[in-house]
Parts: sequence; C-alpha cells; structure tokens
Amino acid sequence: MSGTFLFRLGLTLVILQAFAAVFAPWIAPYDPNAQDILARMGGPTVEHWLGTDNFGRDTLARALFGYRTLFAISAASVLGALLCGGGLGIAAAWRGGWADTVTMRLMDILFAFPIILLAIGIVAVLGPGAVSTSIAIGVVYLPIFARTLRAPTLLLKEAEYVVASRAVGAGEWRLVLRHLLPNLAPVILVQTSLSLSTAILVEASLSFLGLGTQPPTASLGRMLAESRSFLSLSPWPAVFAGVAILLAALGFNLLGDGLQDRLDPRLRQH
Amino acid sequence: MTHSLLRRIGQLLLVTFGVSVLAFLLIHLIPGDAAELILGAEDRSPEALAALRADLGLDRSLFAQYVIWAGHVLQGDLGHSISTGRPVLEEIAGRIGVTLELTLLSMLAAIALAIPAGCLMAVLRGSAADALTRLLTIIGITMPGFWLGTMLLYGAGAIAPGVPLIGWVPFSVDPVGNLQRMILPVIALALPVLAGLARVLRASMQEVLFADFIRVARAKGLSEARVIFRHALSNALIPFITSAGILAGYLFGGSVVIEQVFALPGLGRLMVGAIAERNYPLLQAALLLATTAFVLVNFVVDVLYMAADPRTR
Repeated sequence: MSGTFLFRLGLTLVILQAFAAVFAPWIAPYDPNAQDILARMGGPTVEHWLGTDNFGRDTLARALFGYRTLFAISAASVLGALLCGGGLGIAAAWRGGWADTVTMRLMDILFAFPIILLAIGIVAVLGPGAVSTSIAIGVVYLPIFARTLRAPTLLLKEAEYVVASRAVGAGEWRLVLRHLLPNLAPVILVQTSLSLSTAILVEASLSFLGLGTQPPTASLGRMLAESRSFLSLSPWPAVFAGVAILLAALGFNLLGDGLQDRLDPRLRQH
Repeated sequence: MTHSLLRRIGQLLLVTFGVSVLAFLLIHLIPGDAAELILGAEDRSPEALAALRADLGLDRSLFAQYVIWAGHVLQGDLGHSISTGRPVLEEIAGRIGVTLELTLLSMLAAIALAIPAGCLMAVLRGSAADALTRLLTIIGITMPGFWLGTMLLYGAGAIAPGVPLIGWVPFSVDPVGNLQRMILPVIALALPVLAGLARVLRASMQEVLFADFIRVARAKGLSEARVIFRHALSNALIPFITSAGILAGYLFGGSVVIEQVFALPGLGRLMVGAIAERNYPLLQAALLLATTAFVLVNFVVDVLYMAADPRTR
C-alpha cells in the first residue's frame, strides 16, 4: 500500500518536530537571543549549522525555539476549537430541533469569513500577541469542528446499538461517553491532524505580518519577515525558517491524510 | 429547483446579516474605550472624544447603534478613516483593484493548470505514481506562499537583477510592467490552490473513469483522449467547480499576506496598516465588504451548481 510510506513519513516528521519543540531549551546549541556579532550573516558552518542572522543569532537555535511557539499556539487553538466547536456540534446533533438549527446557523456565519481575514479582525480587536493569536485561530476553526462532528453524530444517534442501549435505560451521559465518543474518535483524530496542518500555516502567516508573538520570543513567521531585509546578503535564515514551517505543516497533513485512509472503512479495500 | 433556490437565498440573507453583526461588533469588542484607544495620547480633549464617539455612534444603545450603522452601510456610508479622514469606501476603492487583479489572475492560473495536472494524475496508475502525486499535491497545499514568494524574489534577483518584480503600476499606464510585476505574486498565491484543485479533480476523475458510460465510450472505439477530455472531464468538473468557489475566499485572504511580500498596494496592505494605527472603521469596512463578496461568490457558485446538476433540482 503506497499510503503507508507517506503516513510513516508524516508521523516521523510530527514526532521529530514535536520533540524539537518540547526540548528546544536543552537541545538548542545557543541561546536564541545570544548575539555573536563577529559571525553575523554567516552561512552554515561547524559552529552555526544553519548560519546566523543580521545580529549574529544562531538560526538553528532560533528555529528550534520558533517550533516551540508555532506548535504551542497551533495546538492550543486547535484543541480549544475541538473542545468548544466539536462539543457544540455534538450537542447540537444530539439535542436536535431548534438548538441544532441555531447553533449551526451561527457556525455558518463564522464559516463565511475568509480564514486569514477573520483571524486578522480578531487580532486587531485583542491586540497582537501569543494569546490573541491562539484565540483568533481557535475561533476560525470552531465551525469546522462543529460541522465535522455534527454529521457523524446525527448518524450514530440513530444507530441500532445506541437505540438499544437507550431502551435498556442507559443515561444520556453514558450514551455519549461510552457509545458516541469512541465511534467519533477516528473523525476527531483525522480532523485534528489536518486542522493542525493549516493552523500552523495561519499562525506563520500572522506572525509574518507582525501580528503573532512579539519580540524577543522566537517565531518562524517573524524570523522570515525580518530576514527579508538582508536577503541578498544572507538568505539562510529565510530559507530555513520557511523549510521549518513547510515541514511542520507537511507532517501533520501527511499524518491526517494517512489516518483518514486507515480509519475510514470505506477506503480500506483499496 | 425553486424551493432549493429560495432556501439558498434565505440562507444567504441570514449569513449576510450575521456577518454584518460581527463586523459591527468589531469596534465594540475592543477592550477599553474605543474612542480613547483610537485617539491615542495626542489629542484626548473631551471635545475630540465626544466628537469621535458621536461619529462612531458610541453614545447610543447597542441595538440603536447597529440599526443606524446598518442604515448608513446600505446607503454606501461605511464611516471615515481615522488616519486620513476620508470616507473608508474611497480608501478601499483605491486599493481593491490590485487585490482583485492578483486574486483573479491567480484563480485563472490555478484553474488552467489544475485541469491538465488533475487529468494527468488521474491517468497515472500504480502505487508508486499514486504516492508521488499524493506527496507532491500535499507539499503544494502546505507550501507557505509568503515563503515561496520570498524565495522566488531572491532567485529572480540573482538570475535577472534589475528587472522590476515588486511594487505595482496601473495596467492602463504600463500593461507589460503591470503583468511583469504580477508573475511572481501569482505563482506564490496560486500554487497551493493549484495543488488542491488538481487533487479534487484527480479524485473525481478516477471515480468517473470507472463509470459505465466511460466503458461504453471506450467500447464504441473512441480514442483515449476523447474519452478523457470529452466524456470523463465534463462529468468530473462539478466537484471541481464547487471547490473553486471556496478557494476564491482562500485566495482573497492569501493575497493579504502575498501583497506584503511583493509590496503590492492592495487591500491587504491597507488592512495590515490599519491594525498598526488602530484604524478600526477602515478594518471594519474591509472585513464586511470582503466577506460579503466571498458569501456572494459562493452563492453564485451554488446556484450554477444547481443549474448544472439536474439531481439538485
């Protein structure tokens, strides 16, 4: 099966980069803000594997700390959207009736905004920074999780084993926790992984525009934006910041895509 | 068809109303006093504050404010820019052309290239070809456009120094210069959309290629090219058109970032500048207009889809 290789590639990328993000303070060769003025704008060398920027800061160290920011914000916003948006979608489908209609129409309205524009609007209200970026990206993904989890809940609610369980007197919470959520797990895993992939790109875009985490916290998007001013002198920080963003988004996308193949029974025959 | 069309129009009105409420609330959700924040430390005299509050309508109840604001919007009055004092509609009108040109050219490029790419990918079989096309399309989808743009700019500067590739000149003044400066931004903006569309087309083509009518077409002795382009493609295009509508919004949002890379004076740069100077009326109007346009584009795509597919009637 051809997808296996890509799935493993995605999983490996995610594990390696998550490791880099978590352990950045221990594995980074330098302090990300330490300036080595004599080694400014250098290419890859033995001392600085990925070169240095215009202040002589080590690109590898800044990229590792940049992963930390990127993963923390993307994960916080996607998990928040999963809990709030997914919860709303499941509750709407489970309740049905007007609660369902009102919730989903509200989600339609949020879904109508182009992603980046909505995120920019929210950051404009809350002011630039890590917390407001997380909130902005989380809000963007609310309707996506609500929609993705509502549809299978509608089907599962009518499934024979759920109806049977209800008939023998199982409570609502037991039905949701024991029967609904385990069956929603594949959808949740796939959607979370794919959303993390695009949330990473949105976070990087916002910090490229200067709306994400503020200096001196390292951020891959801002690293790319700042290195544009000395691009013709030293392209290395720009090259590696972009490669890091691409690999992070790519890893989660391959993982989500592979999970979809593995977990969706309709595709399993191929 | 009439019933589903009416239903879709109702949904359109509801979503547009909701979008206007959220855009309206933008100014009211700012923590603290919007008027004080907007004026900053320079001129915080009580008269100036009162005048700005009256201009923003902050001195009335929220409901009354919305009704008055919506009334003005419907008459084409979206407020005044804080920094220049000009009507925001004029400021936006001066910039929207650049963004529309970039978005439309990218859309055209993405669609024109996605059709042959999707067909080619659908015909290639075998697990190695399958894995390769999948990897390439996913790399395309996850490519950060602002990075690709930066790298293209760096590469072009090394290969052809002196060729103007950033900034903007009006098409009416210098058509060649205008299009020349659009080449790199269009590539950077269109690539993720091209990859996404090619993937959608490949999936629907592969589904269609197994259908009975394709077997009949082949059995009649039609050439493979005719089977693919005439019979399969025309049927596989329906999901493609629907995704193209959704991706129009993505392109519009993406252009905000790409404009920054190539110093294009479009709506995106206007909005990013407006955040820095807390120019909320300008941001509000840009958000409202762009989202309404996006909602309308998707409405038109849905209606075309209904007209094209007899099953939805």
